[in-house]
Amino acid sequence: MSEYLILIYENEAAWEGADAETAGKMMAAHNIFGEQNGAKLRGGNALHPTSSATSLRHDSSGKLVVTDGAFAETKEALGGYYVIEAADLDEAIAIAAQVPASFGGVEVRPIRVFD
Amino acid sequence: MLAATIRVAGDIDLAEECVQDAFSKALTTWPKTGIPDRAGAWLTTVARRRVIDVLRRQSTHDRLLVEFVEPEERAKALEVEDPIIPDDRLRLIFTCCHPSLSIETQVALTLRLLCGLTTSEVARAFLVTESTMAARLTRAKKKISTSHIPYRVPTAEDLPARIEAVLSAVHLVFTTGHTAPTGADLMRRDLVERAFELARMLRVLLPEEASVAGLLALMILTDARHRTRTGPDGTLLLLSEQDRDQWDLKAIVEGTVLVRDALQRPLPGRFALMAAIAAVHAESPSWEQTDWPEIIALYDLLLVAWPSPVVALNRAVAVGIAEGPEAGLSALDELASDSQLAGYNYRASARADFLRQLGRRDEARGAYQEALTQCENEVERAFLERRLDELARGDRE
Repeated sequence: MSEYLILIYENEAAWEGADAETAGKMMAAHNIFGEQNGAKLRGGNALHPTSSATSLRHDSSGKLVVTDGAFAETKEALGGYYVIEAADLDEAIAIAAQVPASFGGVEVRPIRVFD
Repeated sequence: MLAATIRVAGDIDLAEECVQDAFSKALTTWPKTGIPDRAGAWLTTVARRRVIDVLRRQSTHDRLLVEFVEPEERAKALEVEDPIIPDDRLRLIFTCCHPSLSIETQVALTLRLLCGLTTSEVARAFLVTESTMAARLTRAKKKISTSHIPYRVPTAEDLPARIEAVLSAVHLVFTTGHTAPTGADLMRRDLVERAFELARMLRVLLPEEASVAGLLALMILTDARHRTRTGPDGTLLLLSEQDRDQWDLKAIVEGTVLVRDALQRPLPGRFALMAAIAAVHAESPSWEQTDWPEIIALYDLLLVAWPSPVVALNRAVAVGIAEGPEAGLSALDELASDSQLAGYNYRASARADFLRQLGRRDEARGAYQEALTQCENEVERAFLERRLDELARGDRE
């Protein structure tokens, strides 16, 4: 068994523009996903939009620079994630395919294990 | 042999090393003992014993290799008397052609691990340097290992989509060999032969799959014409100019039987429909007697099964032949806005051909020149230049 991170990338503008009914449906879809895959889920969270993000980098002189906004500006931004356990990539893909992401898509990454 | 060793090793790199060790051992042992009756089995056994040695020696803490074969599966593999199981090759091709790898990577891995090409030979097939290809293969093997891409035949539910991915990779090997994208020769026979080995292997291992029969049929029927695709001086000959007596009749019969088999099964898939089109051409005594309405009807079915601008382009060409250049031109113009076809030299050359037939010489010249700027195969370029010369000569007369 291995762990995989499922990153949910969606268009934030579409999320913000969604009416209450659409947003409600999306939440319900995530609840159903959680119920159906409970045994495989190791965790997961939804994130506040990138407008709430703060980025930290060191500049060329080594000084810490704190800035407003996401690390990389993209149309589709990381909006939430799940950590799952799966036997192999095929099973991970089968689970990831059920993650609701109508305003974008998801990325599957194996979680690295350090002995 | 490699495929059978991977199942024990659970890792492609380790298996490759152990197979190489087995060959070295053969080089020192066989001169003394003579070549064993079943040399392949001997080598596989040695390679697999070597894997077991290496795995035993590896202490658990420094074992960075991630096992992508389940431990029970490996235990089973070790117990089996005859180590060469055809299933291993099937498992391996599904691993190599996993959709999480790019199609180029799938083809490279397949050529390297299933066809046994060296890294430098694979590099030549892709027209990249050996070090570029070595890096690409290393990255791919690492991804297989870290993401746990499984080494098994997919479940029934996933099988159709996964077979499609495998067939696409095999088809790409074939088309790359059949019309080499660049270079002086139209064909790379070595790649065509590798593609045939893979397709025939899949046909034996998946006899019930219509799409596999379809691809093999398509390749056989396309290749039945290979001797007539260029003239004695190496110039490109069109289907209409080819000497049909030179077509390989035995291959046409074999291909046609396969197409019929595929089309009778559920979900024959795009390759079977493409093969059916090739079969109509193969069975026609001459270009003029070709059943064009049948060909257009098959393209219509193909567009449903596989909506692709290239298929639409071929259909437009068939319409032009069946209903005249005017109709062909308007069918082509419907595709003018398709961005996927922008820069595709066959669209410009098909347009040029219809314009030439309609006597619109200046426009034809422009279209041939456009095709020429988009084409890198020298034999095809020579053909386009010949057409331009003919136009120029016509102007002078």
